[in-house]
Amino acid sequence: MAKSHKPVVWFPFAAGGTVIAFFIPVIVVLTFMAALGHVPAGLSYERMHAFAGSGLGKLVIFGVVALSLWSSAHRLRCTCYDFGLRADTLAATVLYIGAIAGSLLSAMYLLKI
Amino acid sequence: MTQLKERLVQLEVLRYNPDTDTEAHFQRYEVTCYEEGVVLDALNKIKETIDPTLNYRWSCHMAVCGSCGMMINGEPKLSCHTFLRDYEGVIRVEPLAHFPIERDLVTAPDDFMEKLKRVKPYIIPKEKKPISEGEYKQTPAQLMKFRQYSMCINCMLCYAACPQYGLTPSFIGPAALTLAHRYNQDSRDGGRLARQEVVATHEGVWECTFVGACSEVCPAHVDPASALQQMKITSSIDWIVEHLIPGGKS
Amino acid sequence: MSRRPLVRECPPTTWYFRQPRYLRYMSREITSIFVGAYCVLLVVGLQRLSSGPAAWEAFLQGLRSADSIVFHLLALAAAVYHAATWFNATQKAMPVQIGEDFVPGNVISGAHYVAWAVLSVVILYLAGVF
Repeated sequence: MAKSHKPVVWFPFAAGGTVIAFFIPVIVVLTFMAALGHVPAGLSYERMHAFAGSGLGKLVIFGVVALSLWSSAHRLRCTCYDFGLRADTLAATVLYIGAIAGSLLSAMYLLKI
Repeated sequence: MTQLKERLVQLEVLRYNPDTDTEAHFQRYEVTCYEEGVVLDALNKIKETIDPTLNYRWSCHMAVCGSCGMMINGEPKLSCHTFLRDYEGVIRVEPLAHFPIERDLVTAPDDFMEKLKRVKPYIIPKEKKPISEGEYKQTPAQLMKFRQYSMCINCMLCYAACPQYGLTPSFIGPAALTLAHRYNQDSRDGGRLARQEVVATHEGVWECTFVGACSEVCPAHVDPASALQQMKITSSIDWIVEHLIPGGKS
Repeated sequence: MSRRPLVRECPPTTWYFRQPRYLRYMSREITSIFVGAYCVLLVVGLQRLSSGPAAWEAFLQGLRSADSIVFHLLALAAAVYHAATWFNATQKAMPVQIGEDFVPGNVISGAHYVAWAVLSVVILYLAGVF
């Protein structure tokens, strides 16, 4: 059988998994604090707008969101298969398109800032 | 000489006779064994004194030959390496999971044998040297690069543990792929790209989702999971070189 | 003598109940549901941020519900479990050989944990938490 093109989806999954591991927990803590009513100073509109307004900020935010979305989508696709859902092509299509859509929307919103 | 203590062992063993059965069924046995013995000792005592029709594979009785793999209380183990003192009550003994049952505890390893051959498990020399030029030399550091992966005893416990092999039998599987890695890592070998034709397919490393069960059950500490993850990374780099870099070839 | 091997099916929807390690694997995989959902929340947040200060304030206010707190706890647990299993797995994928010896796996994982802690503290500091 021919060599697989799986690296196309796996490599970003591996990168995204690393990004999720290093960044997502602390980001969850930040919004969790906001949820508890103690909005950290860095989450104010002025600070967030300034960060997302910078070129570096846009790059960092997009990188984290896009890779995390992709990694979650790929893992969820494999998990569907593990749970017995045999329609792998359907799951892959829905989940990857969802991740790409989320990433494109993020890029759009970031470019507006 | 101290008297070796004995205990009563109850085994619930899966039986299947291809000549007479359409289904497998459990059979309960009771034997007295030395407390410090292993499940294989109990099976041997059963075969010698109670039921000579019980079929199972074994050989070395010391966890080096890989013959006596079976499911003991649902866990893939070598029966010669499974101590009775670690178990209470009735011990459930079944043939190794994910393989067809030949008879009783004997499985049909045909699929595994075929897959071992498929990965080209032999040195494909980087440079052909006539014997007159002497031996291939290897430093201890070069040996250590692949030594761990050469320790596989082909016991197939990893195949019994791997849920992806259970769900997708076309998966080449932990041991065979690890064997490919063993040769890829060998400094004398130049066959990595040839093996990639098998390793980098859908039924190769890409069926693996890093459950890690294979490495947990391996009695020889081969760590097949690590071999497969390393091959995923090299396969991904290969893909980038082959498809994204102009002039890059695999 | 003819062969008539008996094939045992691997149940596709319940196989993970057979061994505790399979349940641990499925818990690790399920973290992707919560992490993915949290990422969707981040995308929503970006949309609010790009719509001006009032929208952003409303977003922050909207986070203050009981459902949101429960969701955050689940997302945090999922993200932390993902991180821990990911760092423990990295040592397998990247063996570091120095001469004849290998760097112990827990040193590689440990280095990841340290980097994670440092990065998190830095981000918390930059966000004005302390």
